[in-house]
Amino acid sequence: MEDSFVYEAKGPTLIIHLPKEFDHHNCRNLRYETDLLMAENYVSRIIFDFTRTRFMDSSGIGVLLNRYKQMKAGHTSFYGACPQVMRVLKVAGILGLMRQYESKEEAIYSREV
Amino acid sequence: MEETVQNVQETQNVQAGQIEQAGKHEEMPECETMELIMESRSENEEFARVVAAVFASRLDPTLEELDDIKTAVSEAVTNAVIHGYRGIAGKIWLSASVWEKEHLFSVTVRDEGVGIRDVEQAMEPMFTTCPEDGRSGMGFSFMEAFMDRVEVVSAPGKGTSVTMKKKIGR
Repeated sequence: MEDSFVYEAKGPTLIIHLPKEFDHHNCRNLRYETDLLMAENYVSRIIFDFTRTRFMDSSGIGVLLNRYKQMKAGHTSFYGACPQVMRVLKVAGILGLMRQYESKEEAIYSREV
Repeated sequence: MEETVQNVQETQNVQAGQIEQAGKHEEMPECETMELIMESRSENEEFARVVAAVFASRLDPTLEELDDIKTAVSEAVTNAVIHGYRGIAGKIWLSASVWEKEHLFSVTVRDEGVGIRDVEQAMEPMFTTCPEDGRSGMGFSFMEAFMDRVEVVSAPGKGTSVTMKKKIGR
């Protein structure tokens, strides 16, 4: 269970709890899974939860960018990034695309989208 | 007991024919190396980056430097699995060296997969041969961002070898 994706829906907001090792190996099924979920439910905002994640590489960035493109600008955010994840997000330019929050609650209830 | 332990340490880096001299307190070689051969399975991406990081840890790197090495090795091995072998079975060679005096770490990831026609293009940021799979095209950019030097040797049908170097403790 640890290295899979767990989804949580709060109205039209989809929270994706990312795996401990967010790499190519663990990304393989995400695309299909998330596509299915988004086809069946109305999702207008995505929040990525990195609290379990200890490692991410460019495969993880690919997943984030894919979902970013499906949402309106400013409708994707994240929280819980460790230093390794933060460095990778920064190098990939994600910090300019997605808002960072301190906690899940802050991410969900923030009025700023 | 003490002498046996020393023998073992020294023979690790001595060629087979020279083993009998190992007890004579020769100087340790300046560079230590390791090699790992693995199948081109995606499970091995994590294995490879952890092995490389553990090996590099003898240079006493910071956590950030270890993360850099892990990320870069992960990118190179992922490339070999996805692009080199395109999901088919093959072998990936990971070899690494540390120069303790120079605080230098070097790692090479090599495959005997399809190879790269245009290395320069492959290394461009955001370039990917399979955008439909949701690949970011940032693999080589990450290697360059997190390591000091990246060298790629490749040709169609000849496989690919990526060598990355990093100075530890600056």
